[in-house]
Order: sequence, then structure tokens, then C-alpha cells
Amino acid sequence: MSVIFVLIFFSVLVAAGFLIAFIWSVKSGQYNDRYTPSVRMLFEDSSEEELNKKLYNKKETSV
Amino acid sequence: MPDKELNLKSKISQKCFHCGMECNGKIESNDKYFCCNGCKNAYETLENKNLCNYYKLEQHPGNIPKQYNFNKFRFLENKEIASKLCSYEDENTATLTLYIPSIHCTSCIWLLENLQKINPGVLLSRLNFNEKKLFVKINKHFISTKQLFELLYSLGYEPVIEKSEENKTSSETKKLYYKIGIAGFCFGNIMLLSFPEYLSSSGLENIYKEFFGYLNILFAIPLLYCASGYFISSYKGLKNKNINIDVPIALGISIVFLRSLYEILSGTGAGYYDSFSGLILFLLVGKLLQTKTYDSLNFERNYKSYFPLAVTLIEGGREKIIPLEKLKKGDRITVKNNEIIPADSILFKGNANIDYSFVTGESIPAEKVLGEIIYAGGKQLGSSIELEVIRDVSQSYLTQLWNNEAFNKTEKSKLSNFADFIGKNFTIGVFAIVFLTALYWFPINFDRGLSAIIAVLIVACPCAFAISIPFAFGNSMKIFGRNKFYIKNINVIERLADIDKIVFDKTGTITCSNESEVKFIGRELSLEEKYLVNSLSKNSTHPYSRIISNSLPCSLSSKEEYNSDQYKEYTGKGIAGIINCKLIKLGSEEFVYNSLVRSDLPDFVSSLELEISDLIDETEGYEHLQKHKNSNVFLSINTEILGYFEIKNKYKNHLPEVIDELKTNYSLAVLSGDNNAEKQNLKTLFGHEPDILFNQSAQNKLNYIKEMQSKDIKCLMIGDGLNDAGALKQSNVGISVVDNINSFSPSCDGILESEKLQKLPAILSFAKKNLTILKMAFTFSLLYNAAGMYFAISGQLSPLVAAILMPVSSISVVLFATLSTNFFAKKYKLI
Repeated sequence: MSVIFVLIFFSVLVAAGFLIAFIWSVKSGQYNDRYTPSVRMLFEDSSEEELNKKLYNKKETSV
Repeated sequence: MPDKELNLKSKISQKCFHCGMECNGKIESNDKYFCCNGCKNAYETLENKNLCNYYKLEQHPGNIPKQYNFNKFRFLENKEIASKLCSYEDENTATLTLYIPSIHCTSCIWLLENLQKINPGVLLSRLNFNEKKLFVKINKHFISTKQLFELLYSLGYEPVIEKSEENKTSSETKKLYYKIGIAGFCFGNIMLLSFPEYLSSSGLENIYKEFFGYLNILFAIPLLYCASGYFISSYKGLKNKNINIDVPIALGISIVFLRSLYEILSGTGAGYYDSFSGLILFLLVGKLLQTKTYDSLNFERNYKSYFPLAVTLIEGGREKIIPLEKLKKGDRITVKNNEIIPADSILFKGNANIDYSFVTGESIPAEKVLGEIIYAGGKQLGSSIELEVIRDVSQSYLTQLWNNEAFNKTEKSKLSNFADFIGKNFTIGVFAIVFLTALYWFPINFDRGLSAIIAVLIVACPCAFAISIPFAFGNSMKIFGRNKFYIKNINVIERLADIDKIVFDKTGTITCSNESEVKFIGRELSLEEKYLVNSLSKNSTHPYSRIISNSLPCSLSSKEEYNSDQYKEYTGKGIAGIINCKLIKLGSEEFVYNSLVRSDLPDFVSSLELEISDLIDETEGYEHLQKHKNSNVFLSINTEILGYFEIKNKYKNHLPEVIDELKTNYSLAVLSGDNNAEKQNLKTLFGHEPDILFNQSAQNKLNYIKEMQSKDIKCLMIGDGLNDAGALKQSNVGISVVDNINSFSPSCDGILESEKLQKLPAILSFAKKNLTILKMAFTFSLLYNAAGMYFAISGQLSPLVAAILMPVSSISVVLFATLSTNFFAKKYKLI
């Protein structure tokens, strides 16, 4: 049954890892703005022309 | 093609492609229609740079640009001021964080983060949507701070310069996140280690028991850091000889910790660390709800953020821009259209037409003659004027008001907190029970008595109650926010529930500040006559003329026809002009009646060479139009007097219903900085009971609130301008009513969007219900405490009982608080 000591040691280690990750995320400012990044990730990096091309292509294929 | 589709749409709805306002289709570019040139310019800028994605993300995302006035940012030419705005600056680059209130949608984010495509001088731009702040990094060789401001301005995103940039709140919330993270970690582990104890019927093997116990102690120590806020707050309270709600909580927490420590180390029990950790986690989550902040709103503004950052100094005949702080007595300055007078000064040159509405509440701009004193805070309307400063900025009339003691009062003193009241009596009650328990047990069994006393102290911790406050009030705060009523913190709700009297400011609060009701009394005017009057009144700078002009239709088709180049304005009397061979006069009664000097008018009118001034004898003194109690403007065309325009304040929609509703529960008062022209209207609106006072200065208003408070009447002040600032601060609750929540509002406890004024009765009733809910939650938690107390006094509080009782009580009270606030919000139609 002494394996429990080992198991507990590892479970605490893993949990501590997550705690550190959480603290790091707060520290690095991930909780400062909880809205904008969710929008930002939806923007395409492509320029207007490429976007238009894509839109045309879509139109054409759908027609 | 997608573009064509969009065009079609905008053609049908005739909405501005940029901002979505109704437009007449006159201004167009690329087959797209715009309401104004501002929108068109913004569109063309984006079109040129291939940034029309802006219009694809959201329909009509643009802001309605204000009148283009690039001179606005001229003060940024001053290096000192420009560099003050930068958070970092070196030879090549500079970084700025700009506050842009007009940010409102996804398109805004997209455009502002793509600024580098418009101007390559921008190296990086990042937006924080919630705080409405844009972080920009620029290359100074390509774009100056001023150019950056102008670029944003031309796109409809005007940066607003905030003078006191304090970011205290964000570091506080950060700390709270840390604490919650740590508490969650400890709570999870402690629960994991405590479960075997609950489940095993025969008790754990000793070796595990000890090991788990020591680990629990290890996990409990960081929790003391998480709970440090309660220790600090109760220490502060005790130092001020004030027992607040945190005292019994801190007492309970420390007793649980020490008792458990003793039990584990001595091997007598398993300790209460499971309930201890759960309790702290709950308290912290409650705190997080309570700290809901409106980051983009500022409740603590003072006169300084109203004043300009820089002034235009005239030195040796040349204009020079200097920072406001450098302005000295005796300096000669120039103030342009729509600029604010920075210091008390004397009018030196030009036509001063000062709008003091924000300072005194007087809604009609005041005309000043050369040599008159112009007080700081007024806004010049019309052409530029030259002033000589006679008092330093810090000594102006407005600043003096700010130095009033009301502004230096500490926030805490006006709190009569229900929770703190409970905390006090609760603690006394607990100690009484402890005393009685000791009295009962000590003669029988000392050891058992001691553990019973400790158990009582553990159970007595009013944590369920302490948690219910942030949950109930935090939820209400969110509900208020949804109704465009933003409050500074949750304490405001409690004070709001306690109000006896509501004091209104008039101008801008219960009246619409930029709208007036204009009624023509007399013969009905034909369309042509309306055009004529409009063309004439357009030329006048007098506020009444502008109001009349705005209320009349202007002839779109044939503008030239109604052009009046022949007009003359008589200061304080009226305006006369010849349009389409007709002599039109607009002004005070005397002006219109008496100056029809010559009976053979039509002849004169036909001979247009004649100077109009000949028609009117200027030597006759007429009463100043503004001094007229009734704001009537008379009209004559040729020799016929057609009647007069009656100009009245326009009250906000639904105001009568709101007043009627409030009348039944509260006593009301109106303090107006204006003249008493509206007395009769207000009387019919408010009934005869309330105090209706006119010509109230800012100091008067403040004194009125003070007087009421000395009679122990708790006042809710509802105002909007700087002249209410003192009263807002002094009152038990000060709410400032604004048209746009991001516009300037004096320091206050809450900001209410003016269109939501009709919700005021519901808001007040809801706040009252909140207090009832809190009292009920308190009763609930008291019952739980009583149940726990039974176990404790009889000396049988096992860790398991505590571990069940504490979370159950907390969760049920939280559920009750949240659900009942939602129920009442629905009842009052707030959600």
C-alpha cells in the first residue's frame, strides 16, 4: 500500500504544475482582457485581395 | 459580387454606408451613400488602403464623426505635452496607450489593430476592448503623436486624454486571481486527502492518518495567505474600535486553523481543514463577484479632466501652445470655438458667447462684452476670442468649489453598513454563547467544555452571510449594468435602499439639454415663410435663433433663393434681414413692434440698396432678450406681425410617470441653476409639495444637501454637470445622468444613461428589495448557525458534521440570494 505515498507525491506534483501555469498566465496578463483575444483570433491575416478572391471563389462554386 | 449586393442594400434603406444613419443620398462615393462628408472621408481612407473588411465584419460599423476640426490636436505640437502621453519613448519609437470611448464593435477591433496598413509609421497596435484602450507603438520618423491622433480622429475614433491614469484596480483583481488559484489548488488536495477519513468506517490505519494530516497542514498554510484580506480588514476595524463583519470571520478562520493544527499534531483528530479550505474558496469567489468593475468608466473625475490640456498663448503677436500648468496670471490667451475657458479671465477681443451649462446649469449661453470677467469652465461658442487671465487656474471659481470639504471627505464615513451592524451584534452574541457554554461545561468536564467553546467559535463564523452579500449585490450590480445604470461598488446598493429624498437637477437631468420645444403661436406659417425665417435665423449667433432655425425646415431644392446677405443682428434685441424682397424681423416683442418705423415699408424693401440699419432706430433701448422671463421670440414679415415662437425646455420622455411614481414613496426636490421661467411647468409636474429652487449655484446645491442631512434626511442627488459635482459628492448617493456613458461625468456613485431615467423607480424599489433579500439570507444563515451551535454546545461537532454543514449552508444561501435577486429583477422588469 506504500505506493499511495508515491501516487500522492505525483498527483501533488501535477497539481502544482497546473497551479504554476495558472499563476504564470495571470502574471503574463492573460486575464487582463478576457474579450478582445476571442475576437482577434477570428480575423484572417490575409489581405483584402485574397479575402475577395476567396469570397468570389465561394460564390462561383456555389452558383 | 458581394460589393454590389451591399450597394443595393444601402440604396434601398438609404442608410449611410459608414455609420448607418439615415441619409438623403446626396453624398456618394463608389456607389455608396453617406450621411456626411466625415463618413465619406473615413470610407475613402479605408477604401484607399484596401481595408473594406471593416464593413464586412459588421454592418454600418462606423462612428458618427463629429465636425471636423483638426485644430483640436494642435496642442500636441508642443513636445512636452506630446511626450507626456507616451508611456515609453526613445529616439525612434514611442508607445502610447490611448483611451478611445467610441470603440463599440468587432469591426472597431479589426480596424484599430490594422492601423499599420493605413500608416506604416504605426508599428504595432493592440486593443483592449473592455477597457477601450488602444496600445500603439509608432515610429516617430514617420508619424508624430499629433498625426496619430488626427488619423484616429478622421476614422471616427477620437482618443480622449485622461489625466489621472491609475490602474490600481487591475492589480487588485490580479491578486484575487492568484488567491483563488492557490485556494482552489489547496481545497482540491485537502478534499482528496480528507475523503478516506469520511469513507472508512473503522478509521484509517495510523500511518496514513498521520501522513494525510501533515499534508493537510502543509496545504492549509497557503490558505492563510489567501484569507489575509480578512485578517487585515478586521485588524483595521478593531484599531478604529469598530467591529465589522470581517472580525467574526477572521476569528472563526483562525480558531479552525489552530484547533485543527492541535488535533493533527497531537493525534487526537483529523482536524477541520476540509471545511476551512472550502470556506476560504467560497469567500474568495464571492469577492471576485463583488469586484465587478466597469473598467472603461470613471467615477472619480474632477474638474481637471474637464479642463483642456493645453492653451493657446499669445506672445508678441504670435500664437504659442503651452501646457495648462504653465498658464500664469496676466497671460493673454486665445480661445477658439467650442474650447473651454481654462482660467478666470477678462474678455479682451472678440464676441464672447459663453455656454456655462455645464458649470452653472444655465442652459442659455451668456453674451459677454469687452472687459467683462469670464469664469473658468465656460465654453466659447462662435468665433475666437482673446482673453487676459486674471487668476491662476488653481484659484478659479470652479477650483474653489472643488476645494470644498465635501470633496476631501473619506468614502467610508458615510457607510452605515448593514453587514457591519450585523458583525458587531453577531460577535457580541457569539461571545455571550461562549460564556454560557463555559458556565455550563466547566463544572462538569473542563476538557470537553474547552473543545465545546472552540466548536462554538468555529460554527459561529457568519460565512454563509458574508458570502451572500457579494452574490446578491454582485448579481444586482450586473442587472443594473444591463439597464445602463453603472454603480461604483456594491455598497451603493445598500445606500440606495436607504434613501428618503430625491433631489433633481433640472438642466440636462430632467430636461433634454440640446433639445427645446418650439411652438409658433399666431397665424400658421406657410412653407415659404418657414424657409424665410430659417434662412434668417441661421445667420444669428443667438441661441434662440439657433433653436428656431433647427426647428424649421430648410429648403433643400433652391438654397440660393433664400440666401440672405442683407441682414443685421442687434445684440440682445433681434435680427432683421431682407430675403426675397421681404423684410423679416425676429426678436423681442419691443424690437419687432417698435421698429416698424416707417409705414411705407414695401418701397424700402424693394430698393435693396438700402442699408437695413436705416430701418431700425438703434437708439431705442430694448430689454435684453435673455432677461425675458418668457422665452418668446416675435416674428414679423414686412409689416405684418405674425406671432411669436415660444421656446420651452423639453422634458425627458416619460418624466411625468416617473415623477408620479416616485412621489408616492419619496419626497422630491428640484434645484435648478437656471432662471425660474419653468416654475409653472415644474409645479404641475412635481405637485405643490416639493421644494423647487431656482438660480442655485453649485455651492447652494451643496448646502441644500448638507442642510437635509443635518435633519437626518438621506438624499439621492441626480445631476449631470459640474455644478452638481459638490452636491453629488455630498449626498448619500450621487447619480450622474449622461447621454453617453463615456462622456464626462463628475465624480459620483453611479452613472445612469439618460434614456433610462424612466427606470429610476424600478431601480430604487429593486435596491430596497435587495436589502430585504439580504436580511432573509441572514436569517437563513442564522438558522444554520443555530443548528451547528446545537452540535457544538453539546460537544459533538465532528469534522464530518462541520464539513457537511458549512458548504451546504453556504451554497444554499448563495442560491437563495442569486435566485431571489433574479426573481425581483424580473418583477420590476429590469431583465
